[in-house]
Amino acid sequence: MSGLQFFWFLLIGVLFSGFFFLEGFDYGVGMAVQSLAHNEEEKDQIVATIGPVWDGNEVWLLTAGGAMFASFPYWYATLFSGYYLILLIILFGLIIRGVSFEFRHKVPVEKKQRWNWTLSIGSCMVPFFLGVMFISMVQGMPIDANGNMSATFTDYINVFSVVGGVAVVLLTYLHGLNYISLKTEGPVRERARNYAQFLYWVLYLGLVVFAVLLFFMTDFFKLHAATTLITLVVIVLLTVIAHLAVFKRKEMTAFIASGLSLVSVVILLFQGLFPRVMISSLGSKYDLLIKDASSTPYTLKLMSIIAITLVPFVLAYTVWAYYIFRKRIKQPVIVTGENNGR
Amino acid sequence: MSIVTLARFQFAMTTIFHFFFVPFTIGTALAVAIMELCYVKTNNEEYKKLTKFWGNIMLLSFAVGVVTGIIQEFQFGMNWSDYSRFVGDIFGAPLAVEALLAFFMESTFLGLWMFTWDKVGKKLHATFIWLVVAGSMLSAMWILAANSFMQHPVGYTIRHGRAEMTDFLALITNSQFFYEYGHVITGAITMGGIIVAGLAAFRLLKKDKLSATTTNLYKKSVRLGLVISLIGSISVMGIGDLQMKALLNDQPMKFAAMEGDYKDSGDPAAWTVVAWANEAKHEEVFGVKIPYMLSILSYGKPSGSVKGMDTVNKELTAKYGKRNYYPMVNTLFYSFRLMAAFGVLMFLVSALGLFFTRKKNPILYEKKWMLWIMGLTTFAPFLANTFGWMITEFGRYPWTVYGLFTIQQSVSPNVSVTSLLISNTVYFLLFTSLAITMIGLVVRELKKGPEYEEEQLRAVTNASVDPFDKGAF
Ligand code: HDD
Ligand code: HEM
Ligand code: HEM
Repeated sequence: MSGLQFFWFLLIGVLFSGFFFLEGFDYGVGMAVQSLAHNEEEKDQIVATIGPVWDGNEVWLLTAGGAMFASFPYWYATLFSGYYLILLIILFGLIIRGVSFEFRHKVPVEKKQRWNWTLSIGSCMVPFFLGVMFISMVQGMPIDANGNMSATFTDYINVFSVVGGVAVVLLTYLHGLNYISLKTEGPVRERARNYAQFLYWVLYLGLVVFAVLLFFMTDFFKLHAATTLITLVVIVLLTVIAHLAVFKRKEMTAFIASGLSLVSVVILLFQGLFPRVMISSLGSKYDLLIKDASSTPYTLKLMSIIAITLVPFVLAYTVWAYYIFRKRIKQPVIVTGENNGR
Repeated sequence: MSIVTLARFQFAMTTIFHFFFVPFTIGTALAVAIMELCYVKTNNEEYKKLTKFWGNIMLLSFAVGVVTGIIQEFQFGMNWSDYSRFVGDIFGAPLAVEALLAFFMESTFLGLWMFTWDKVGKKLHATFIWLVVAGSMLSAMWILAANSFMQHPVGYTIRHGRAEMTDFLALITNSQFFYEYGHVITGAITMGGIIVAGLAAFRLLKKDKLSATTTNLYKKSVRLGLVISLIGSISVMGIGDLQMKALLNDQPMKFAAMEGDYKDSGDPAAWTVVAWANEAKHEEVFGVKIPYMLSILSYGKPSGSVKGMDTVNKELTAKYGKRNYYPMVNTLFYSFRLMAAFGVLMFLVSALGLFFTRKKNPILYEKKWMLWIMGLTTFAPFLANTFGWMITEFGRYPWTVYGLFTIQQSVSPNVSVTSLLISNTVYFLLFTSLAITMIGLVVRELKKGPEYEEEQLRAVTNASVDPFDKGAF
């Protein structure tokens, strides 16, 4: 494995981390629209917290996908063709959710509820199936000598992958609640905090189950015992910090901690994969390795130059956009024209 | 049904659907940006209303464009995994750059634009929409660089059973890329102009029911849209002509099929106006020809011959081995004629429309039938763009990467017919409902008109954004 290949493996991890940190709370907020709000005004208020930024956050996923295609085409090909139906569901979720933001406030009032539902359901489906995908991936999938995967239902959907899916949903939901507490004023802010206080207890339980399953269902503890343990401890610590911060009304701390715990899950998975990118359940000789799956040094070098030049700009204007929208969102009271009662 | 057929159907369906909204977004975003620029320059509130009104329609297109674009990016890995393995070294780079350079810019600045009306300086606000325009045009650039490689591979070498990049510069200075980019962008600009003018014309049909200011705003839209589409349609036709000439060298089979010629043309070459081909027997059933015309179109002089498909087939067989090189002749032939005809139509509508709306004697607004023609032209750019892509993509048959890799080789070997049937059905149903919703909402926005109060949600967010106030962060 060359340094460049390692760098790109890291970078893909960084992109997925960025995706889960940022788009993670968008999913949580999306779910909260139907589960946290009590009336239409609160729904608008909740959606308004991510209105200007959610699409930019989603681009992290597209960048991660594009970068994977560019730097590890064999990984991209195996993963995407192997997880065909799972990805179809994810796409379905992304679509019904993506259009809801625009549609829900352009449709007549009586149809608005429909797009609130697609927003929430889509926002729940995507993290769940992403969780299922990544967790089943680290358990090992039937991948043959040509890198083609032909898996059956139980390879995709099993106890561990479902627990993984639920865990990701829970983590993103909590991250979203913390974001809402941070970004709103009024009853919604208090309610989000109460929900979070309770749900963290559920998360502790989930994490224990998750760690146990990780021990039995993957080779992480055999291959990378030390780093796996450390990352698990970090996840637990971050969860406790977030929980305490929720109690103490340190909203910013809670939000950052819940974001970082999502990032730590990505780190956990990537360090466990290393030095592979896909694990074959048909025998380790079929594992897809970093050193075999990548593009040529020419392409990797080129892409590195491009990434190092562009990423600072992207980060700079993203930060600036968040800065512009830094104010808390009040509950809407103004009612105008035909929009009565929304 | 084979997986190849289903995967091809899916690619055609999803990209065509995506490409209804792509030029819609690029074109109307440009039109909106021009309107806002006018507002900044003149301080005329009318332009502000226009900007917001057409901006709302653009946002609808953007929303559907984004969600259908995600399918495209995943699709290469899902349906065409062997293709992804073969070209990943080259093809992935522009895709990644597109996301990094263009998509972030588009979405971030669109977010800023939507929610900062009256909250930041006018100039800064207008800058946001211009950056969105720049982002969308940049995104087109990178994806078309990738597509151009497939049409006309350059800067690569075949090693380890895949195409490896040797020269990035060659990839983005590909001759095919210049034509394709120019043609697609000017096509999108035309579309933006036609949509603004055409939809406004539909509303002007009802002008008895509209207030005087609203009518006036629609009239302004018509003129502005027509100026844009006049410039656009002239350019798109000009660049199309250059493309045609380039095809003569790069993809003679596509050229011959677009002209429906099985036999060599002889010198001078005649141009076929209408024809029908028997694709199984490789022969023309009938054809109506204009002498000299094809020579003039291809070489700009009344002499010179053009190779027919039979000859090209022999050449390709000698070069690449025995397989079927004949594309779908009738489809290409008529797609080309329809695309070009719509181009001419849009040009005529723009030119005549401007003439009939001139200040001195604006009879267009009085004549219902003229408004109807202009309104119905709204559909032309959608069809022209679709037919254009059908030529480009069907005409590449049997290759995915011209001369290097075939469609048969490209498909994912491990995806089952069932999976493909499921995904095709899901996409089909999704697209149908999205299309219906989208049309309904555009009509609704049109009915609300440019004088409608700003939506409440945005008003709410706007109200709570004050860059000088202390906030949560
Ligand atoms: C000529 C231009 C063009 C072409 C040929 C394509 N697209 Fe596209 N695409 C755009 C021009 C564009 C755009 C103008 O930038 C869009 C359309 C509406 C929008 O919101 O952005 C977009 C959106 C869009 C998105 C969502 C971006 C976001 O979230 O902001 C993705 C992932 C793709 N596209 C990917 C693709 C792929 C993989 C294509 C190849 C088959 C493709 N597009 C063809
Ligand atoms: C958005 C505009 C586009 C439209 C409307 C379009 C249309 C089509 C159509 C109709 C087909 C089916 C052709 C066939 O069955 O032979 C096709 C195939 C394909 N196109 Fe495009 N295309 C577009 C853009 C692109 C771009 C930008 C790329 C690559 C970057 C691309 C790559 C492909 C591939 C890989 C196939 C499958 C192989 C094949 O069947 O030829 N297309 N496209
Ligand atoms: C009379 C005018 C026109 C001529 C001569 C012309 C010519 C062409 C040719 C030769 C191609 C195939 C290029 C290739 O495969 O490499 C093409 C493709 C295409 N055309 Fe046109 N065209 C005309 C008008 C239009 C109009 C009015 C539109 C839309 C508004 C349009 C949209 C497209 C698109 C989207 C493609 C596919 C992308 C590409 O290859 O550039 N064309 N055109």
